Amino acid sequence: MAKVKFSIYRFDPEKDEKPYMQNLEVELEPSDRKLLDVLVKIKALDDSLSFRRSCREGVCGSDALNINGTNGLACLTDISSLSQPITLRPLPGLPVVRDLIVDMTQFFKQYHSIKPYLINDEPPPETERLQSPEDREELNGLYECILCACCSTACPSFWWNPDKFVGPSGLLNAYRFIADTRDQAINERLDNLEDPYRLFRCHTIMNCVEVCPKHLNPTRAIGKIKDLMVKRAI
Amino acid sequence: MVNRIVVGAHYGIKDWLAQRITGVVMAAYSLYFLGALLGLGEVNYDSWHALFASGITRVFTLIFFLSLFYHAWVGVRDIFMDYIKPTGLRLALHALVILALIGYAAWVAQVLWRL
Repeated sequence: MAKVKFSIYRFDPEKDEKPYMQNLEVELEPSDRKLLDVLVKIKALDDSLSFRRSCREGVCGSDALNINGTNGLACLTDISSLSQPITLRPLPGLPVVRDLIVDMTQFFKQYHSIKPYLINDEPPPETERLQSPEDREELNGLYECILCACCSTACPSFWWNPDKFVGPSGLLNAYRFIADTRDQAINERLDNLEDPYRLFRCHTIMNCVEVCPKHLNPTRAIGKIKDLMVKRAI
Repeated sequence: MVNRIVVGAHYGIKDWLAQRITGVVMAAYSLYFLGALLGLGEVNYDSWHALFASGITRVFTLIFFLSLFYHAWVGVRDIFMDYIKPTGLRLALHALVILALIGYAAWVAQVLWRL
């Protein structure tokens, strides 16, 4: 069976003074297809290794890692696509809790700041609030975000101003509600984002587009927010 | 002053838009100026003087420099926002850059209409 070399970031704040890289080799079985399969195997050998995982099929967004320098989901990454030694680090730019686990507080603070829910003060109709197929089409490529934080933690603007810049994920989700014809708070949402830090720290670096495991395009969503602001202003 | 993170200055779209428009103006002027240089034939004081004697060149050059200064202002402000953290120092630098750019603009006008 093929052996695969790993170099894994290890840090236990209760024991280690500073982080270190642990080198190890793992023997693969034919059923080990995805990076997460092998991580689970390593965990069985060394239960001190900590990482998050849940659904193992790219929906829950909990196993986002920095894999060979690029953010991605361990459960969606083919082990055969990676060059060795496979270097695993926690997502960059967020505080490390332990090993491959980061503290996502800042990321979710930004997400909550865009009010990620439908605002509509009209009494709910007997049936659903209806949309035309064309209006619904606009939400494709937006609602699929799983909040794994791959994009925001790949964004230099977010690394620099995580407390002030909403970040690609938050802005994609902001546009998801701005674009929703059932939402009534579009003006407040645009007001909330019209800020040199919250929106305009995006300098279209497009790392977010490169790493999104769901192949979404936050840069395009941010562009559409700016288009609407221009439309509103002139 | 209480140490809390404050955002929500409610500006940005005009500067973002202006940065794009001034970028287009600078690109257009670069092409115009390149064309003018190529059409100059021999480059000497007289041909240079004749080029800048034309009202179109003067006005377009002035618009180019005003665009450059506005573009530079937005860019430099972004750099200050990223790297200069103390509010007082940042405000002083903002004021200094604005005053310098206004001075440069006046200087450009003076140079252009003195030729």
